[in-house]
Amino acid sequence: MSKLYSGAEIVFKCLEDQDVKFIFGYPGGAVLPIYDELKNHSSIKHILVRHEQGAGHAAEGYARSSGKPGVVLVTSGPGATNVVTALTDAYMDSVPLVCISGQVPTHLIGTDAFQECDTTGITRPCTKHNWLVKDIKDLPKILHDAFHVATTGRPGPVLVDIPKDIQFAKAKYSKPKKEKKTNGKSHNRFSQNDIDELVSLISKAKKPVIYSGGGVINSGPKASEALKEFVRLIGFPITSTLQGLGAFPGDDNQFIGMLGMHGTYEANNAMHDCDLLINIGARFDDRITGKIDEFSPKSKKIHIDIDPSSINKIIKVDLAIVGDVNEVLKSTIKKINKKHNGFKTSNKQNISKWWEQIQKWRTKDSLGFINSEETIKPQHAVQRLYELTKNQDTFITTEVGQHQMWAAQHYKFNKPNRWMTSGGLGTMGYGLPAAVGVQIAHPDKLVVDIAGEASVLMTMQEMSTAVQYNLPIKIFVLNNQYMGMVRQWQELLHEKNYSESYSEALPDFVKLAEAYGCKGIIAKNPEELDNKIKEMLDHNGPVIFDCHVDPNENCFPMIPSGKPHNQMILGPNDKEENKITGKGKALV
Amino acid sequence: MANPKSAYSIPTKKGKLDTHIFVIWVDNEAGVLARVVGLFSGRGYNIESLAVAEVDATKNISRITIVTTGTPQVIDQIKLQLKKLVPVHKVADFKREDKKVIFKEMALLKFVGRKKKIEKCLKACKNFDPVILDKTKQSIVIQITALRREIDAMSKKLKPLGLISTSRTGAIAMTRGAEVFK
Repeated sequence: MSKLYSGAEIVFKCLEDQDVKFIFGYPGGAVLPIYDELKNHSSIKHILVRHEQGAGHAAEGYARSSGKPGVVLVTSGPGATNVVTALTDAYMDSVPLVCISGQVPTHLIGTDAFQECDTTGITRPCTKHNWLVKDIKDLPKILHDAFHVATTGRPGPVLVDIPKDIQFAKAKYSKPKKEKKTNGKSHNRFSQNDIDELVSLISKAKKPVIYSGGGVINSGPKASEALKEFVRLIGFPITSTLQGLGAFPGDDNQFIGMLGMHGTYEANNAMHDCDLLINIGARFDDRITGKIDEFSPKSKKIHIDIDPSSINKIIKVDLAIVGDVNEVLKSTIKKINKKHNGFKTSNKQNISKWWEQIQKWRTKDSLGFINSEETIKPQHAVQRLYELTKNQDTFITTEVGQHQMWAAQHYKFNKPNRWMTSGGLGTMGYGLPAAVGVQIAHPDKLVVDIAGEASVLMTMQEMSTAVQYNLPIKIFVLNNQYMGMVRQWQELLHEKNYSESYSEALPDFVKLAEAYGCKGIIAKNPEELDNKIKEMLDHNGPVIFDCHVDPNENCFPMIPSGKPHNQMILGPNDKEENKITGKGKALV
Repeated sequence: MANPKSAYSIPTKKGKLDTHIFVIWVDNEAGVLARVVGLFSGRGYNIESLAVAEVDATKNISRITIVTTGTPQVIDQIKLQLKKLVPVHKVADFKREDKKVIFKEMALLKFVGRKKKIEKCLKACKNFDPVILDKTKQSIVIQITALRREIDAMSKKLKPLGLISTSRTGAIAMTRGAEVFK
């Protein structure tokens, strides 16, 4: 008879077999048997956070930057409810997480026991799947299934709820089965006909645009390589969603910037006027489409996505290709090279006029801003940070708000997995714990959280984690004393009634940094900015950088929602169009 | 949102609503109904009726039948979203008008009244082959199986005749002929 293991031992045996190196967690009564077992497994390191939400976001940062699933360990009740925000965030942005939560012993479930909550009930709508382990014999299979579900198809979070008595109970352990299909859910369903049609549409297009998204990143670094090859081969302009940044080099001439609500003039106009739209791994989010009825009205639309339910959800498409981005692109490239001799001549002539038009739009310089000598403009701060860090392999995380959009607009990403931001859920407080997770995955790389002062205060306690593990994350706070995006909307849409968007009593961030045992730096004017940034980069340890920026700056360009792509509000350099009046105001 | 000031767009015109019957084969495990029903409520889909029971005890499979309404796009989404659920094996959907599919609902009807009135009731139900499940001097419980709208019409008609309690199931469905949905 094979050896019997306790539930807690089985948890670690599964984690070892799944090649888990780090778990992010916080102990508590209902997971104590698992924590007790931790000492016997030296290949797995536990990162102690300061709040379970931080554990979730750190695991997200770890997963997004490394391509491996993030593992979270929390206790029952409040431990589980605190991680719900992070699970929902991971669900929206398709990040693979495996969350293990403790539960009260089986016989107490349903009795309102101390620290009991209906964890699987609460997390059902924010996970791909979850399990309550009621029988120790099921535990090994459930844990292996959990990793399988989290990492295959469109990735996402899963949760395994383990009652305390199950952690003590004993059973045999079984290794993961290889390549098991869950209910026959296959992911590559495209046929050669689909690829032929795609190539045919490509060869006919006169005004094409490629719109790529987070699916390319999730498909792995090979998919980004395939995307690069594909885009260079066909010569089309490419724009990207917020989540897709980095899949195609941001400083490449074929890249026309991010699209959507705060996307560039050229990207959004290209989306509106194109005759062929190729969506690669994006999901027609409402921040991207603007007004649905007037979304890219003249184009044939192609959608490549691994998730069949993303197709025709919001925008009806002419050709749907369900499959892994990397696989689809590789087949397409093969086909083009074989049949069309790589489009060496004809295709690029077809679209030369279109490129001229795009160049015209580019001259608008829609990301431009009026710089100042007195105050630091937030865009300028991001640009300087980019210039001073672009020569090293830098990982950027962000919080949510104006600073996030400025980071997306002005920081150029050349590689995938370098950009971690909360796009779908828009979770303020994501960036700092995410930076912790990224630094764990890449201990020798530069990790910067471009933050806002309001967002970062939501999870500031994780600085303590960074200090404990000596993680040299740099928290670059664009401090404008406002919830900037709220303030911007109130200015543009609510008659400048700045209701509750000003933070009256902000902490002294330098002293706060010192209190946590790390370094604090303050920058107040443009002259000192560069030197201060260098000081931050040179410091070998965590830093909070308090960058005082112009509090009145707004993030442009902007498509008010309910408007199509060709009706953008541009920045102050383009004053004529910067008036939202009457009808337009109501529509935002 | 007639005059929205927040970050979302104005809803576009809704298309024509169709009634569809979804048949969903699922693993019979704890919480599976909550997953299916939660998907409907969470995404704002409508449930007109619901029927669920285990149909294969050895394979542990339950069959859920849900009647819902939606635009073609929404119906498509419901199907695709259901297929994503881990315990879901297969999903079939049929239009209510589909002639190739049989739909049935069952109702238990209780009448209280004098003998004459009860006989009248039975007569009124005749077309639906009523089965008498219980009979006393002043009451009767009958079972009928019919389409939803037929049972609706019957209930209305029978109220004045002494119908005092109705219990109904959700619709269940089966394809006609030798074919089986794969």
